[in-house]
Parts: sequence; C-alpha cells; structure tokens
Amino acid sequence: MTDIFISSDNIFSPIGETTAENFEQLKKNVSGIQLHDNRRMSEQTFYAALFDEKKENSISQLQNCYTKFEKLLIASITDALAHTSIQPTDDKTVLIISSTKGNISLLETEAHSNELYQRISLNSSAKIVANHFGFIHQPVIVSNACISGMLAIITGMRLIQTGQYKHAVVAGADVISKFILSGFQSFQAISAAICKPFDAARDGINLGEGASTVVLSSDEKFSSGIKVTGGSVSNDANHISGPSRTGEELYLAINKAMQMANVKTNDIGFISAHGTATVYNDEMEAKAINLAGLQTVPLNSLKGYYGHTLGAAGLIEAVVSIQSLKENTVMPTAGFKNLGVTQPVNICSSLFQSPLHHCLKTASGFGGCNAAMVFSKQ
Amino acid sequence: MSNSIYITSSCIISNHIVYKNGQPIFENKGLAISDFLVSVYRYLNNQYPKFHKMDNLSKLGWLACELLLQNSFDAAKYKPEETGIVLSNKNSSLDTDTRYLQTTNEIPSPALFVYTLPNIMIGEIAITHGFKGENAFFIFDEFDAAFVQQYVNNLLNCNILQCCICGWVELLNNEYKAALFLIEKNKSANSIIFTKENLIKIYQV
Repeated sequence: MTDIFISSDNIFSPIGETTAENFEQLKKNVSGIQLHDNRRMSEQTFYAALFDEKKENSISQLQNCYTKFEKLLIASITDALAHTSIQPTDDKTVLIISSTKGNISLLETEAHSNELYQRISLNSSAKIVANHFGFIHQPVIVSNACISGMLAIITGMRLIQTGQYKHAVVAGADVISKFILSGFQSFQAISAAICKPFDAARDGINLGEGASTVVLSSDEKFSSGIKVTGGSVSNDANHISGPSRTGEELYLAINKAMQMANVKTNDIGFISAHGTATVYNDEMEAKAINLAGLQTVPLNSLKGYYGHTLGAAGLIEAVVSIQSLKENTVMPTAGFKNLGVTQPVNICSSLFQSPLHHCLKTASGFGGCNAAMVFSKQ
Repeated sequence: MSNSIYITSSCIISNHIVYKNGQPIFENKGLAISDFLVSVYRYLNNQYPKFHKMDNLSKLGWLACELLLQNSFDAAKYKPEETGIVLSNKNSSLDTDTRYLQTTNEIPSPALFVYTLPNIMIGEIAITHGFKGENAFFIFDEFDAAFVQQYVNNLLNCNILQCCICGWVELLNNEYKAALFLIEKNKSANSIIFTKENLIKIYQV
C-alpha cells in the first residue's frame, strides 16, 4: 500500500502558534486552561482553554469577512504550508476540513435567516478557506463528533492511497461559545476544576479551542521523517452519548490500525489517548487498551493542556504525537495523580525521553464512534 | 475495479413520497415534516420506542435505513464490524441546532444537545442493527455521488468492510431529502453495479 508521509504540520492554540512553540510550552508544562468569568457564555465561571484578546487580535488581522473559525483554519494552514513545498494550487492536492460546529456561534449573535444558515454552513467556510489558498478541488469536510480530526487524517490517507490525490492538507478547528459550553454543562460533563484524565478524582472535561493542520503526501521527497502507517474507525453500536461498556469496539479499531501498520504491542513507544477525564470515557479507553495488550505502554492525555478541542482535538494530539516521535520525548498527563480506572494502564505522569519508533493515537466520540491511528518513524 | 460491487437496495424519501428500489411504496402529502415522518414510521410497522426521542434528521435517516434494509438485507451474512455507514448532507444538524439554542434561554436541553451532531444518526442506525464497522459523516453542498462511490468502493475493495450503507440525509426546516444505498459484494434480485452514474440515477428519482 502507498506510504503516506507527514510533510509539515501546525498547532495554533492558546499556548502557541506553531508546532514548535506548542511543543516547547508543553515541555515547560504550560497549560492553556484558565478560569473564565464570561457572562455571554455562562452564568457560572468555568475552566477552558480559550484564546485571549491579544491572540484574537493577531488572527483578526485577516479580512473581516472571515469568521473566527475561518481565521483559525487559515492561520494554521498558512503556517503548515510555510514548512513544505507542497502547493495548495497543485491539481493533485486536496483540502480536508474537520470541525464539529464550525460557525455555530453566529446563531447566538445574528438574526436567523436563510442567508445566515448559508453562512453558518461548513460548506461556506470550506470554500472561503479553499479560495484563500487557491485550492483547485472542492474541499472535503468531515464532521463526525470528537473523532473528526482523526477521521480527516484517515480520509486524507485513503484519498491518497486510491490515487485520487498525491497530497492532502488536513485542517481542523472549533471555537467555543455559549452553544457548545451550555450543551456540555447540560450533560453535567464539565469539570468544576482543571480536568484530571484517568485520575481517581476525575469529574469531567474542560473545553478548548484551537486549530491544527497536517500536510500529507505520497511523495517521500516531501517527508519530514514520519509516516501515517495505520488508521481505522469503528462504532460501539451501544449508546449515542455514552461510550461502550466493554471497550471492545475501540479495541477493534486499535487492532485494525496496528495490523495495517504491521506493528506489535511491543513496537508501540507510547499511546496518545483521548482521555477526556469523564468517568466513562477514560474507563472505556482503559478497557480497550487492556484488550489490545497495551497496558504497560506509556500513555498520555493532553486534555489537561488544551482542554477538549472537539473537531481539532484529533489533529492537535496527532501533531504533538508526531513531534514526540521526532524528539523522542513523551509528554506527561497534566492533572493526573492517582489511577482511577479499573484496568491497569501506564499513565505518563512526568515527561520522559526514550528512543521512539511508533505511537498509537486514539479518540472516541458521541454517536459511539472510535478511531485509532499509528504514526511511525521512517 | 468496481465490477464486483453492487447497489443491492435503495431507499429515497423526498417530497413526502418513499421510494424503494425506484418504486414509490408510500405517499402522504400535505403533512408537516414531523407528522409525515411519524406516518412513515407507522407504515414501517416496526416497534422501536427510541424512534420517538430522535430529532427529525435522525428520524429521517433511521426510517430511510429501515426501509432500505427491510426484506433486502441478510444480517446473518456479516460480522458486526463488517458493516459500515457513510453518510453526508449539506446543513449538518442545523435544524436541531436552532431548536437546541432556543432552550439555552431557559434550561438547556441535553436531550436536544446530543442531536447537534450529524453523525448521531449513524449511531442510531448502528445501535438498531449492531453495525460496528467504519463510519463517517461528510458535509457537501449537494450529494457528491463520485466521492461517495470512490470512498465506499475503497472500503469494500480493501476489505475494511464487506457491506456499507451510504448516501445523503438532509433536513432543514421544510426542506429534506434522504437517499440511502445498500452496497454489497454479491449480486441480488434487484442489484445494479455500484457506479457514480447509477447512484445519480437513483438519487434523481
């Protein structure tokens, strides 16, 4: 099967505007999560990783007809493209956009009309972003809950493997507003403190906003040294808003991704888990990790740094994982102290360095969806 | 490449008419969409209490899928992870998004919030039938038969799936259309070859 190389990437988040900046911040244990008192979003104070005004101004230098969501995508793609010679205007390059809610915040502030609905449509944002860079083909848009970012990379991999394209620019973003925050609050899913993935005292998520991009290619000459070697998606077929009780379906995805990558459990240097810090998600993941025989492999969750960035999460965490492989450095799990899942898992509680060759990235989301990917050094 | 893959069933719900394999099987004009969907549910004659808690988009997709599979699908042929679902639409879950947002002025409704993701209907279908294979939701301006055909064809050719339910389920205010296709590797009584042209022909009924 065609090799898929990572050519360049970006993370545009509250803690940094490039992958390198983000990775340096993570090494210093800097989290983007802060306490917010914003009555437009919530009557109660809440912890989240949001862009501050200074950062908002730096991205708002872009044209005013772009929304914050589109500006985030453009900022992230601009930096990723600056680090590769792959051209968006190449006939063999496709743009793939990942988001759960895109421009939904406009529903809160603008008068409802068919024009507004058209403006909110992810199709409109994707066209604006594609035109900004001069992509030739109609962009592909993935909106599949919290696995959107990973599914977008997997989609890019497949569009290249089938020979439809040679390169894929895969970008994801989500913006937090009252719509999303109130929804997770209504589910009692938001932690009153900074989230604690896999910890005994974990009690919910923090939300986060950000954007991230990976540029994929079938041409080795564009490679930055890392390959996408496996990717798979499954469904729990159990509950629309709660994860599987057994973890068997995430395990199915992990197993298929590892088979595709032709790696064994002892080849995996670390796991970048979804680790949202809800009671049920982390428990399900621990079960899946055990079914896969990966319980001794170092595992982290980055939600304590970025919060849950929804449609960007899979991309942001994949990019951190790619950088971890390059630098042989695995990030700790901010917020974790005492193991609080019923199955043994090897949670990284401090940064460590080790020769790394392969890593596993997982995610799960509403609708019962699960995704697993393997990234490997060349 | 695609000559061993077939469309073995199709279901279109549009204009208050239900078509199965190109033939109209149910019509109920003049009703509001939510009432029309309930009338299709009664026609289907399947007791499935979870139907009533779904939003209109999920109801539409779920009904189209039930009618797609009814008398046309042998579940025993496949393992749970061998059947997948690849759906698409234009306006994501915007119909329910606006309803959910109204509730945030008083008490935000978790029962509505969960439906503010378009792939929830994939979850509903997966739960009903125990389908655990690949699933994906894409957004397009209009039904992109070429993309869907290539994407699903690849999933079957690579043996990632043996069977796939794919198509388009769009609903916003008074506008809606569902077009679902059952894609399998074996011929059946009504099957036609899985091509972009055949998808478009069926879609345009």
